[in-house]
Amino acid sequence: MTTSSKPLKQIHLAAHFPGVNNTTVWSDPRAGSHIEFSSFAHFARTAERAKFDFLFLAEGLRLREQGGKIYDLDVVGRPDTFTVLTALAAVTDHIGLTGTINSTFNEPYEVARQFAGLDHLSGGRSAWNVVTSWDAFTGENFRRGGFLPQEERYSRAKEFLATVKELLDSWHGDEIVADQATGTFLKDAKAGSFTHTGQHFAIHGQFNVSRPPQGRPVIFQAGDSDEGREFAAAEADAIFSRHGTLEAGRAFYTDVKSRLAKYGRRDDQLLILPAATFALADTDAEAEELAREVRRRQVSGATALRHLEFVWNRDLSAYDPDGPLPDVDPDVSESHIAQGRAQVRMYRDPIATAREWRALAEANNWSIRDLVIHTGNRQNFVGSPETLARTINEYVQSDASDGFILVPHLTPTGLDEFADKVVPLLQEQGVFRTDYEGPTLRDHLGLAHPDAVGER
Amino acid sequence: MSANPTPLHLAVALDGTGWHPASWREPVSRPRDLFTAAYWTDLITEAERGLLDLVTLEDGLGPQSSHFLDPDGRTDQVRGRLDAVLIASRVAPLTHHIGLVPTVVATHTEPFHISKAIATLDYVSSGRAGLRVQISARPNEAARFGRRTIERIDRYDTPSVHELFDEAADYVEVVRRLWDSWEDDAEIRDTATGRFIDRDKLHHIHFEGRHFSVKGPSITPRPPQGQPIVSALAHDTVPYRLVARSADIGYVTPHDADEARAVAAVIRAEQRAAGRADEPLHVFGDLVVFLDDDPGAARARRERLDALAGEAYTSDALIFAGSPAELADLLQEFQTAGLTGFRLRPAVAGHDLPAITRGLVPELQRRGVFRRAYEAGTLRGLLGLARPANRYAAA
Repeated sequence: MTTSSKPLKQIHLAAHFPGVNNTTVWSDPRAGSHIEFSSFAHFARTAERAKFDFLFLAEGLRLREQGGKIYDLDVVGRPDTFTVLTALAAVTDHIGLTGTINSTFNEPYEVARQFAGLDHLSGGRSAWNVVTSWDAFTGENFRRGGFLPQEERYSRAKEFLATVKELLDSWHGDEIVADQATGTFLKDAKAGSFTHTGQHFAIHGQFNVSRPPQGRPVIFQAGDSDEGREFAAAEADAIFSRHGTLEAGRAFYTDVKSRLAKYGRRDDQLLILPAATFALADTDAEAEELAREVRRRQVSGATALRHLEFVWNRDLSAYDPDGPLPDVDPDVSESHIAQGRAQVRMYRDPIATAREWRALAEANNWSIRDLVIHTGNRQNFVGSPETLARTINEYVQSDASDGFILVPHLTPTGLDEFADKVVPLLQEQGVFRTDYEGPTLRDHLGLAHPDAVGER
Repeated sequence: MSANPTPLHLAVALDGTGWHPASWREPVSRPRDLFTAAYWTDLITEAERGLLDLVTLEDGLGPQSSHFLDPDGRTDQVRGRLDAVLIASRVAPLTHHIGLVPTVVATHTEPFHISKAIATLDYVSSGRAGLRVQISARPNEAARFGRRTIERIDRYDTPSVHELFDEAADYVEVVRRLWDSWEDDAEIRDTATGRFIDRDKLHHIHFEGRHFSVKGPSITPRPPQGQPIVSALAHDTVPYRLVARSADIGYVTPHDADEARAVAAVIRAEQRAAGRADEPLHVFGDLVVFLDDDPGAARARRERLDALAGEAYTSDALIFAGSPAELADLLQEFQTAGLTGFRLRPAVAGHDLPAITRGLVPELQRRGVFRRAYEAGTLRGLLGLARPANRYAAA
């Protein structure tokens, strides 16, 4: 499959800590705590043992609700992103530390301080997955409430990111001389001076954290809309995408990379890193069986009904999950039964989605639960270590991605087997590092230090 | 001294290379390392070696300044600092006993974020987290956030500052409610019903105040201590009230035993007025310390640093220069006047922190007023505070 004329691409691999959605199987006897630090430490050390580029943490700023009640079927609860990543810096030496931080319910000065701090305290291993929010539901936990109209969320995010970059660039890195003999601590009284006046922020003063090792954190972007792709092409170092198949991955890859030139950027300045789940066993047949078992655990009858409610926007608890799909149409009124979930917004045309799902279920003789298992299937890689290594490499060499952010279904040991069995095969093929080559996350990702990139 | 003297509690306040503005020029100081993890790890593990109850970490949203409210543009003193919560988090996995109490600025941050940050610090430290809440009355720090303006003041006892303290009290209330918004046994993992949590044990906090409202619950489960330690520095009646209503530790700055007695009396009266008379509340005296075995050496060091700084160092707190034995005498005198512990501010961190842990602590141990080993696994335990019941749990 590999094109012979091209040199082999090096694969980037990262690890997504199992999160608060039904991908994460908590009912397994091996499933540990999602909040104790020992879980995060085990997960990070495993990823570092496997020489992964980085560890990824998602974030949510309000607990999910369905029908006005806190959603209780999936893992609930997560730690503060900056706090846990900084603590992980103490128990690891190389692995990158990527955190999702919302640009809507934070302020640039504080976020810039936190990322500069994380970068200093990790020796240059920080990365920021910039996400946006506009919903009043999440806003109810913050001083500003749900103040932002949906159409402004990217404009605030762009200005937020630009402002953080201005703040981090306000120190050049050589200001602190700390000459004990002469008594000069700073060579420049204006170190950290900034003024930003824009649509969303009008701030000025002096930034009080010196320039961190990476200059600024590696920037990730996670939205898939046209605006999101454009934002990534202009501003991001990497995209956290969700295109699971080879075809969809290639189309996305081509589309996003083609947008770079107009911002004066090269193809290798933006990495495409989709999220990917996997089922790994000694043989392909065993892995198929494991994948089926995991799917049954991920989608209980109750979970299937709740999932259908995202589209139907109605209470479907009276339906039998092992029976046919509801014959009523989705409620298309504004108020959503499910709140706090990103995927609710994926179903922008619920009537069409319902029609499509009914046709699928009828054609395959699927129950509600069967349908949700099949349509929600994100089990990207299923097979033996050899199969997984071959498939992942094929995706990367054929430009469906530059690597993957792996999402195991078990906490905290879900990565162990992959690290022990798949990574050595990729290393043997010469497509994955056998050791870290530099201390910073930018080194792992092959990204230039911002100071060395004139146009940025 | 009585036959069974009451043990005193000991904290150290870490700020840069020390509290004297010329401290960075001492050979023992490491001013180039201030932005590294190793620097803070070394200091905090030294404090832990001395069996101290806790360290506090100073913070601020603008450059340090020798002026009351405005930046000073000076280049001959340490300027710039790391976020205190992050320093505490970075050091937490490398320490095992000492309490970690970063400063948080209530005026410009979100109680929702800080609540989960300190809860997470409690997880990563296995029950050793606290916070020191602080207001910012500096117009220039407000300009870094751009979402409010702060009225220019000439002293701290003004209505607009009272307002900032009221807001800080609301802030602490929200933080505390969020810590309680999960009952301890909310996670049930009931495979029979497929429920991970019992949602009846998660609570919206419904806080509505003058300055902000917060719905809750937290995204982070109730931390190991239930309620991490809340502390505040206080110099006047309004902040004393914040301490009496909202805190587990108040740091105060008496300059002699009589003043210590008077301050403690005000705080205890405010505590009764707040209906908290039965709850333990520590009142720690803050002192800047220059410590040397030879008292003359300590005083000479102070003079030398003052000369380097170009002016005599002044502080809100009493500045002590002398021997560990003299300081122990003073602390015991203040303790008799009603203080339950002390937060010492090392004038030169690299010199005076080891002088505390290797000189003062053995002196206090000889007198039978300080622990010889850590006797509890959590900061609450060290401070003699019980793990509180959850306010939302059904009785």
